Order: sequence, then C-alpha cells, then structure tokens
Amino acid sequence: MYDFNYHKPQTVKDALSLFKEADDGIYLAGGHTLIPAMKVRLRAPTDVIDLSGVDGLIGIREESGALVIGALTTHDTVATSEVVARAIPALNSLAASIGDAQVRNRGTIGGSVANNDPAADYPAGVLALGATIKTDRREISASEFFTAMFETALEEDELIQSISFPIVESAAYIKFPNPASRYATVGVFISRHGGQVSVAITGAAATVFRCPEMEQALSDNFAEVALDSIQLNADDMNSDMHASAEYRAHLCVVMAKRAVASMS
Amino acid sequence: MVQQSIGERVLRKEDLRFITGKGNYTDDINLPGQAYACFVRSPVAHASINSLDISAAAGADGVIAVLTGQQVAEDNLGSLPCGWMVHSKDGSEMKQPFHPVLATDKINYVGEPVAVVVAETYLAAKNASELVEVDYEEIEAVVDISSAQSAADIYPEVPGNTVYQWELGEKADTEKAISQAAHVTRISLTNNRLIPNAIEPRAAIADYNTGTQDLTLYTTSQNPGLARLILTAFVQIAPEHKLRIIAPDVGGGFGSKIFVYSEETALAWASMKLGIPIKWTAERSESFLADAHGRDHVTEVELAMDDEGHFLGLHVKTIANMGAYLSTFASAVPTYLYGTLLAGQYKTPNIYVEVDAVVTNTAPVDAYRGAGRPEAAYLLERIVEIAAREMNLDPVEIRRRNFIQPADFPYQTPVALEYDSGDYEASLNKALEMADYAGFAERKEEAASRGNKRGIGFSCYIEACGLAPSQVAGSLGAGVGLWESGEVRVNPTGTVTVLTGSHSHGQGHETTFAQLVASKFGISVDDVEVVHGDTGKLDFGMGTYGSRSLAVGGSALSKAADKVIAKGKKIAAHMLESDVENIDFEDGEFKVRESNQSKTFQEIAFAAYVPHDYPLEELEPGLSEKAFYDPENFTFPAGAHICEVEIDPDTGVVDIVKFTAVDDFGTIINPMIVEGQVHGGIAQGIGQALLEQCVYDETGQLLTGSYMDYCMPRADDLPNFDVGMTCTPCTHNPVGAKGCGEAGAIGSPPAVINAITDALGVMEIEMPATSERVWRAMQQAGGA
Ligand SMILES: Cc1cc2nc3c(=O)[nH]c(=O)nc-3n(C[C@H](O)[C@H](O)[C@H](O)COP(=O)(O)OP(=O)(O)OC[C@H]3O[C@@H](n4cnc5c(N)ncnc54)[C@H](O)[C@@H]3O)c2cc1C
Repeated sequence: MYDFNYHKPQTVKDALSLFKEADDGIYLAGGHTLIPAMKVRLRAPTDVIDLSGVDGLIGIREESGALVIGALTTHDTVATSEVVARAIPALNSLAASIGDAQVRNRGTIGGSVANNDPAADYPAGVLALGATIKTDRREISASEFFTAMFETALEEDELIQSISFPIVESAAYIKFPNPASRYATVGVFISRHGGQVSVAITGAAATVFRCPEMEQALSDNFAEVALDSIQLNADDMNSDMHASAEYRAHLCVVMAKRAVASMS
Repeated sequence: MVQQSIGERVLRKEDLRFITGKGNYTDDINLPGQAYACFVRSPVAHASINSLDISAAAGADGVIAVLTGQQVAEDNLGSLPCGWMVHSKDGSEMKQPFHPVLATDKINYVGEPVAVVVAETYLAAKNASELVEVDYEEIEAVVDISSAQSAADIYPEVPGNTVYQWELGEKADTEKAISQAAHVTRISLTNNRLIPNAIEPRAAIADYNTGTQDLTLYTTSQNPGLARLILTAFVQIAPEHKLRIIAPDVGGGFGSKIFVYSEETALAWASMKLGIPIKWTAERSESFLADAHGRDHVTEVELAMDDEGHFLGLHVKTIANMGAYLSTFASAVPTYLYGTLLAGQYKTPNIYVEVDAVVTNTAPVDAYRGAGRPEAAYLLERIVEIAAREMNLDPVEIRRRNFIQPADFPYQTPVALEYDSGDYEASLNKALEMADYAGFAERKEEAASRGNKRGIGFSCYIEACGLAPSQVAGSLGAGVGLWESGEVRVNPTGTVTVLTGSHSHGQGHETTFAQLVASKFGISVDDVEVVHGDTGKLDFGMGTYGSRSLAVGGSALSKAADKVIAKGKKIAAHMLESDVENIDFEDGEFKVRESNQSKTFQEIAFAAYVPHDYPLEELEPGLSEKAFYDPENFTFPAGAHICEVEIDPDTGVVDIVKFTAVDDFGTIINPMIVEGQVHGGIAQGIGQALLEQCVYDETGQLLTGSYMDYCMPRADDLPNFDVGMTCTPCTHNPVGAKGCGEAGAIGSPPAVINAITDALGVMEIEMPATSERVWRAMQQAGGA
C-alpha cells in the first residue's frame, strides 16, 4: 500500500469538501474492496475519506411503504435485521449469502452498490425491486444506476446516503456461488407485486440486467414450468475459467426456477 | 502422574501454544537492526533480459542495497540443485538447466526473482522494487505439457524440452500380455496441477555475524539439516559448521517447504554480503507464483485382463511437467515415487511404465502431499473401476480377484518394490461394512426419488513411505542418505529431552514422539520434551516428508531409548548388586528378576549423573544416547476409501454425502493425531478431485493467483469422515509404524471420481470435477 492521507469526517458536508480538496480522493466504507485493491497497489488514492464516522448513514427503517437502508449498514446487520425480515426477507438471505462472516461484518450495502462488481449480490436486489439510490444531491432509480462493469451513474464525488426499496408482496434471491470466491457466478432476484414480476440477474454478464423474457413468462404464469422454454442467449454472458457463457445461461434459468419455487 | 502410552489419544502438547498465540513462527522473530527484503519478480513467463537498471531503486528512501543476478554470478554461487539423478532409457543422465538464485539474462517463468531490494522497512523495499527497471524481450512461452516436446527449446542444454525419458518394468512381457489378453481397458487422464497453500507462507531471516562469521538462517523448512547440506555443499553459501538453520514453528508444508528456494538462498547470501540481518516473509501472491507446485501429469494407461477380470499386464505412459527448473526432489517424484507404485494392491504380473519429464515456462513442480503416489493411485484405481464396468463386474469383486493375499507377503512387485506386510481385503471389508455398501442400492433409489443422482466409488490404494534404504536409493540416483538421527537425553531427575532430525510442521511430533519415548521408559508423556528444527542443537538429520517421521525418525528414537535402557540395566545391576543379565526393565523400574529389589527409572538417572554408587571403572557417567536409523525397506501403508456422492442434475453440483476410509498404518501411537492426518489428507484429496486447479494461460500468466480464483476446500465443502483402522505392523522397523501423513490425499481422489462417474453412468471425467464439467458430462450422456 502506498502512503495516503486519512480523514474521518462527521458530516456528509465535510466528507464532500474533503473529497473536493483532495488530489485523488476516495470514500472508504467497509473497505473490503478498496483495501485489498490498495494493498495490491491497484489503487493509489492520495486521500482516503472514511465514512464510518458520518452521522446518519447507518440504520434500517420502514418508511411509507419502503424499506430504507443506510449506505454504511453492514451485510450482517441486513442479514439479521427483523425489520428487513418483516418487509423484504429476500434481502436477509441475499445479505447472508455474501462472502463469509468477516466480510459481512465489514462490507456495506453502499459500498457494494457503488462498486458495482459484476458478480456482486446486491445489484440484483436493487434492480429487481426497483430501488432508489439516495445520494447527497439526488435520487437515482436503479434502472439508471448500474451503467457498466464497475461503473455507476454516480458522479465522482457523489456519496450514497441510503437505498430505498419498495416493499413488495414477495421476493426471492437464489445464488449459484463461485466455489472459490463465493461471489455470484449467477444470482437471480425475483420480485412480485400486484401482478408485476421483475427478474434481475447478476454474475452472468458485464453488469446486472433485467430479464424481460422471464418477466413476461412469469407474469403470465408464475410457476417453474413457465421458465421451461426459456433459453437465454449465451453470447451476452461472461465466460471465464469458472463457468462458460453457455453454463451461465443455463444456470440463470435453473436459479430463476428455484427462486420461483421458493416463492410459491 | 499418568502414564500415557502407545495407542492412547493424548491431547497434543503443542496445541496450548498454538491456540493461545504463543507459537514462535519465523515471522514472529525480529532481530535488532534487521533490514527487509523485497524481490523483484518477472511479470512475463519467457524472456531474455536486455537490461536491468537499479539506479533509481538504489537511490530511493531507506534502501540499503539492490542486489541482482549479476552479483550472484560474480560471487560464483552454484545452481540450486536437484538432488536425485534420474537416467533415461538410453542410459543418459537427465538434462538439468542451471537454476540461478536470481535470474541473470533469461526469464523462465512468471514470478522468477530477478533482483532483491534490501531496505530499512518492508514498505521502503517494496516501493523501491517498483523502481527497478528491467527490459524484457519476450519469447514465446511453452506452457502446455502435451506439446512441450515439439515446441522450441527453452534451454539449449535440454533438447526437446525433455529432461529424461525414464522407464521401469518389462516392456516386452507387458506388450505381449496386452496383445494376447481377452480384454484391454484403455484410458487417458490428467492429474491436475495444484498449488500447495500452507497456511503460513514461506519466510526467512538471515543473520550473518561479521564478528564470529556465523550465518544463522531462520526459515520455514521441513528439513533444516538437508537445507544446510544443500546450501553448503552445492550452492556454497557458507561452510557447514558456520551455517546454522533454525526452522522454528512452521505452519504447514505439504512438501512445499522441503525445497531450497531462490529467496531463502538469496537472503542468506545478501546477509553475508551486507553484514546485517535481513527478513523476508512471502506475500500470499508470491506463494502462488513461486512455491513449487504439485502433480501435473498427462497419462495413457492400458490394463490387460483375462476373461474373468484377472489383471495380466499394465502399461503406463506419462508426461510429467517439471516447470521451469528442476526443484530439489522434482526428478524423483514422477519416477521412483510413482512408477514403483503401479502394482498397487494387485498381483499384476507384468508392468511397464514410461515417463517423459518436460520443462515448461511455469513455476517449478515438485513433491506435494503424496508426491507421485497420488498420481499412481489415481490412474490405477480409475482404470480398475473402468475395467470392472467394461467387464460387468462389481468394482469390489474385481479388486478382490486381484488382491495380493496375506499369505503372499513379502511380495515382490514387478516394479522394484517388495511389500513387507498388508491385508488389503481386511481393510476393504471393514470399509464396506462401515459404508453400508449393502444398503447403497436403496440409498440410490431414495436419492432418485428426490431427483438426485447418487453414486459410489472405491479406491484401494497403496503407498510407500519412509523412503529407504540409503544404499538402494543411492544406487537409484538419490543424492542424499535416507536415514534419521535421534537422541534421547535423560536428565538427572529422570525427565527426558528428545532430539530428532525429523521436523514437525503440524504433524504433532512433540506429542507422538513423547508418547513413544515415555512408553519405552514407563514415564509420563509430560516428562518428555521434544526438540527439533535447529541444526545448532541437533545431529545432522533428514527432516520430514514422505510420511517418514515416525517410521524412520521414531525408529531412531526407539533405538536410542533401547540403548538408554541397556545402560540403565548396567547401572541398576551395580546398585542392586546383581548381574546385568538378571535385570528386567518394566513399567519404569529396573528389577532384579525373581526378587523384590528394584530401582526406579528416576533413581537410575540420578545415579548416572551423581555417580557416587556407580561402576565408574566400567561405565561412563551420564545417561544420553544417540541412534542413526537407516531403514531396511520402505513401509507400505494401504487402505480402502469409499466415497458416496449425490449430484444435482440441474447444476452438476457434487455433494459428497458419505466418505469412509479404512487405513492400515501399522502400529498407531496416537489415534487422534492419526485421524487428524487422515482428515486433512482427505480434505486435500477432495480439493484436488472437485475444486483445485492451477491455471496458466497460453502466455504463461498464472490465472489462479489468489483465493478468488484458486479454490481451496473449505469445511462446508466436506462431509463428516468415517475413519477406521486395520493393523498389520511393519515387519522391519522397531516401532511397527508405516506412516499416515499422505494417505488421505493419495486414496481419496479416485474414490471421489469413481463415485461421480458411477452416479452419472459415464466412464470418464477430469479432475477437478467442477459443476460445469459434471453438467457437460450429463449433457453428453443425454441424461440431464
Ligand atoms: C473475501 C471477500 C468475499 C466477498 N464476497 C462477496 C460476495 O459473495 N458477494 C458480494 O456481493 N460481495 C462480496 N464481497 C464484497 C463485499 O461484501 C463488499 O460489498 C464490497 O467490498 C464493497 O463494500 P465495502 O463497504 O467494503 O466498500 P469499500 O471497499 O469501502 O468501497 C468500495 C467502493 O465503493 C465506494 N463507496 C463506498 N461507500 C460509498 C458510498 N456510501 N457512496 C459512494 N461511494 C462509496 C468506495 O469509494 C470504493 O470505491 C466480498 C469481499 C471480500 C473481501
């Protein structure tokens, strides 16, 4: 790791101004992506702005039909939250499926979403549930947030404060973990509300995506059999030493069926 | 005071310090004034070095020196040697490329060290290492083993990239058996390349004292004595009596810490050059790049049978990857530790094996838990299983028909070894019962009702441990002897200090050896202390690898203890005014036969050091004895592993639902420790069978360079293991022990793969049987 300046602001405003003053600043949340990248010297920020002391970024609450999770809330807190269990239990199990206990005790929802790793779990939930990402300056809808691999709609200094998930009738997340990293080789999040079904898939492609074929089929008939004839195009899928594009395309359907089964 | 003897589950004496953080690993050691080293490593696999500019690095903050391969060459350090000369079929010696401590003008694998930066802090060393400018001119890399022999030569001295073409067994007889047989089963298979991943990365501190001119090297070694010999006699770092190697607590090795590597050697040399202590601890990514890897064979096998499934002939042809250089024992692994094991547990009359060893632009490959024997067991137990299916025989039955029977021992195989003892059917029968083979059909049906495919697989492995005897090994090319040293020092109050040339890096020697010696003397295990891992304290010794410690190191201690008892009897005879022939030693007491007169072990010890009533005219005072034990033969642990899997037909995920291992390790000193060794070995074997795979791309870049991509088995990947034992003691060592450290990793992979292929109804699947491979096999079989 190269030397850097460390800051621990207490307000969002201070965090923003520290970022502006820095040559090459970066926010630090749980550090489970940023610190390893700095240790292997892939990232070399001049200033690290630790958000852990900033007021109001941690917590989970239900608010007018939505579940609002503060950006600095750890995966473990989400995994074990009773508020989440009452509102959208699928998010408990999504958070519980991330990494291992050490990772869940440090990693945060804001960090995960801001990082937009193509194999991260949260983006599937955020996109399928049609969540809203609340930042220091605006609200961004999930459908506009995840723009490309490791890229989002966030401006350079923009800070996520919370994520607001509309509470739906039912939802499920099923993941096929990469046996080595335990990130998602494929993860499928399905949500169902007022006859509308939305399906978001992570791990399979360059970035999380909605799957209209599955959504259509499941809106017509919310049952595993409805997915029998679905074949996703492997051309759009990732291929690496852990899973070929063809296998990923196959797993998307299998995981989707399992999600449907768990919701029926 | 409890007497804790052979066969008891004594808790490990070393665990208190390990689990309370009081261990003393190399990285825990810090010396006053120490500097830190960081190695500059090649980012490319194959290149010539056009230029190397250290000026910026040398001038950077905190930097003490930047040392390069050029300086190593100027100081005339030797090649890191490979200690086993293997000859080709045509009688020629193996071709050995020069293995420099630091590269000079040519790079041969990604991660090869080209320079070392020594600085006041590790951070300064690492920062400066980025300032070393190397101009690499890339050459096309040779990566694939199968085509290595037809690729351009990496070294002029290794034509055809072929190190040797070795053979063993009778070619003509085997070919004849195959050509005349009623049935021949043929398969090709790959033994996947593995990366060792000990929990503690390699580390060292070299400390040269300019006043005494002594060099001390603290390092993560499985065999400090051997390391000293190699650094002295071959690399010529320092004279042997001026070089002390200390391998303190070592956190796992699995073979990877047997070898003498560039980094530790460079550190020793740099410390002498600069006259300061220098420390280096590998980062995990360096371990992936530069620890010797394991396995990496491609093999073709033919097994000839009569129409009842009796084996008539076995022909094996293997290409073994050595990587870029021949590491310390690399040449012996796919030859004397592999070809000699191909009889397995069976009476195959004709066996012929050919092995071509090749160099490639990848990290060196050497012994890794099992070393050659897992590769042998894998191909044999795979082809036996396939043969059974082709012959419509139960896989258990075909094995029974071919087993060497208890009455056949000692049994001379057609591939050089003579097995001393064993009862293969006894282990198999016990395993079948523990695994409830009879109930398998029902379990398979029940699994099918849940939509899962269930399969069962067997493996009846043999291995050879305690590599021996020295003279035979020497005649086969070994550069060293294969005995072990031991010393038993009885202290005046009757407690005992035991010194051994074996080295413990997780095996629990401090307990097992203490139990062995305590039971000899009838004293408490708490009264025995085991000292190992320091050439400054010990006689020259050979260290720990190849499951040799108890069979060879333990035997040396047993012999030394016998000498103590013999001397004790003389002292007792004097004190009790009897003849030495009339003294018996039992339960910690020297007794005059048929009398009530006796002296305790402690009383005799005291008398030996306070010799007031002592036969000084005939006997020296003191009670401390040494032994060097050179085994007459290898030992031959063997056993039966049975694996049961369930496969999810939608995803191809394999779940190991039951794993049974019944092993014959001869005499067992501590069953708890032995079971732990078996558990760990099976975990590694399952890792190889299902998860682990070292991958280089076609340019020689390591793609599995971290745990994000290299998949180690974790607790939730593994079932509970049902472990049982049978016992036919080793006939030729005083302990009766055969060795247990590697068996799990040797026996388990074929059992797992046989179970998977059984479940799928296919003949072949490659390791690691990843979910995608299993899914594809199902697609091809049309059974998804
Ligand atoms: C061993 C391991 C296993 C893992 N397994 C999984 C897994 O299975 N599934 C999975 O989804 N993830 C996994 N992760 C990732 C982890 O769970 C975190 O989600 C991830 O590291 C990012 O969260 P963080 O809080 O650690 O962010 P950090 O590492 O602190 O930051 C990551 C990036 O986000 C930015 N950032 C952080 N917070 C904000 C904010 N509030 N506003 C704007 N930008 C911000 C930072 O500037 C940085 O660029 C794993 C990580 C490790 C180390």
